[in-house]
Amino acid sequence: MKFIDEFRDSRLARGLLRRIEDLAHELPVVRFMEVCGTHTMAIYRSGLRHLLPENIVLISGPGCPVCVTANQYLDRAIAYARLPEVIVCTFGDMMRVPGSSSSLELERGRRADIRVVYSPLDALEVARQHPSRRVVFLGVGFETTAPAVAAAIQQAASEGLANFFVSSAHKVMPPALAALTTDGRLRIDGFILPGHVSAIIGVEPYQFLAAEYRKACVIAGFEPLDVLQSILLLVQQVRDGRRAVEIQYSRVVRPEGNPRARALMEQVFVPSDAEWRGMGVIAGSGLALRSEYRSHDADATLDVTVEPTVVHPACRCGEVLRGLCEPQQCPLFATACTPETPIGACMVSTEGTCAACYKYGRRVETGVSDG
Amino acid sequence: MCLGVPMRVVEIEGDTAVAEITGVTRRISLQLVENVKVGDYVIVHAGFAIQVLDEAEALETIQLLQEFGVQAG
Repeated sequence: MKFIDEFRDSRLARGLLRRIEDLAHELPVVRFMEVCGTHTMAIYRSGLRHLLPENIVLISGPGCPVCVTANQYLDRAIAYARLPEVIVCTFGDMMRVPGSSSSLELERGRRADIRVVYSPLDALEVARQHPSRRVVFLGVGFETTAPAVAAAIQQAASEGLANFFVSSAHKVMPPALAALTTDGRLRIDGFILPGHVSAIIGVEPYQFLAAEYRKACVIAGFEPLDVLQSILLLVQQVRDGRRAVEIQYSRVVRPEGNPRARALMEQVFVPSDAEWRGMGVIAGSGLALRSEYRSHDADATLDVTVEPTVVHPACRCGEVLRGLCEPQQCPLFATACTPETPIGACMVSTEGTCAACYKYGRRVETGVSDG
Repeated sequence: MCLGVPMRVVEIEGDTAVAEITGVTRRISLQLVENVKVGDYVIVHAGFAIQVLDEAEALETIQLLQEFGVQAG
C-alpha cells in the first residue's frame, strides 16, 4: 500500500539497526520514552525493544488517552448513561474500561442507550435524529482528537442543536511531558514524540524539552522504519551532545503543525487542570469548553450523582503509565487481568501498554507463547 | 485512539469528501485542512482529515532509508 509498505522493508530495517549499533557502542545506557499508544503498539508488534543494542532502552509512557482517563470520569460517564432519555456516544475503546463499580459495556447490558461512534459527527447525527433525547458525547483524546470534537460542537451551536452535549476529558501532551521530565524517579534522555498530535501542534510546544531540560526529541511516524529512524536520530543527538526537536515524520508533520485545526480548538476549548490516571492533576493539561459553549457542556449542565471513586488496589496501571513499572511487574498481569477480563485501563485499550505487552511482548519477555 | 489512517481522496463536495483505503470508502470532513485535491492522500482521524500527506517528503524519506540499507551492505 502506498507509503505504508515502503516503511516496512526489513532489509532497510537491518541497515538502520546496524547504524544504531555503530553509534550506540560509544554511549552509556540511554533511555528514550515513547508517549503515544500507537508507537507503543508498533514497538511491541515489531519486537523493536529486543532488536536494539542493550544500552538503548525504550520506555512506554502515558500515550493512550483511554488509559490516562481517570476513574472518576468513567464514573461520571456511567452516571450520564443511567439518566433517563440520555444517549451516550463514545469511541469504542472506552466501552470496556472499568470504572469504580461498572463499565459502559455493563451499563449497556443493563439497557442504557450507549452507542459506539467513529466520529463526533456521528454523535451529532444521533442528536439530530433524536431531538427529544439528550446526547452526550464522551470527548476523550489528545490534540489529534480535540479539533474534531471542537468542529462538532461549533456545528451543533450553529444548528441550534440544543440536545448535543460533550463531556470533555481531552488532554494536551506538553504539560504531561514536563511532569514526566521533572519526576525525579525516572531518568529519560529523550522522547519519541507523537506523530499525529504533532501534526496539529507542530514543533514549538516541545522546544522547552530540548532547550530547558536538555532532552533529545524526535517526532516519529508509526511504521517500523519510522520508529527505527527516529531512534537513530535520537542516538545521534545524544552522541553529538546536541538537543533539538527534529521531525522524522516529515511526510505528515509540518513545523507549524495545522494552524486551522489549532484555531478551531482554541475557539471552543480553554486550558484547564486535568487529572491523569497515575499522574494526578497536571496544571493546564486539560481542555474545558469555553463559557460561550456552556449549553453544550455536559459537565456544566447535566446534574448527576457520581459514585465515590474506587481504584483496584493491586492494579499498577498508574506506574505503567509513568514508565516506572513494566506490565509484567504487575501482580494482576496475564493472571486476573487479561484483554478478555481487563482490570486496568492499560489492558483494555488497543493502544494500552499492558495490552500491547500481552499480545506481542510475552513470547520474548517470559517465554510464554501468545498463540 | 490517536490512530490516523492514510486515505486517498476520491471525491470532494464542499467541506466533505469520499476517501478510500484498500477498497473501503468513507465520508470524511475536510474542515481541518486546506487545498485538498482529488487524488491526494490525507491522514484521517475520527472522521476528519487532519493533514495532507506530502508525497515529496515521503519519497525523500524513503530515499534516505534506502541509502542506509545500501550502506549496511
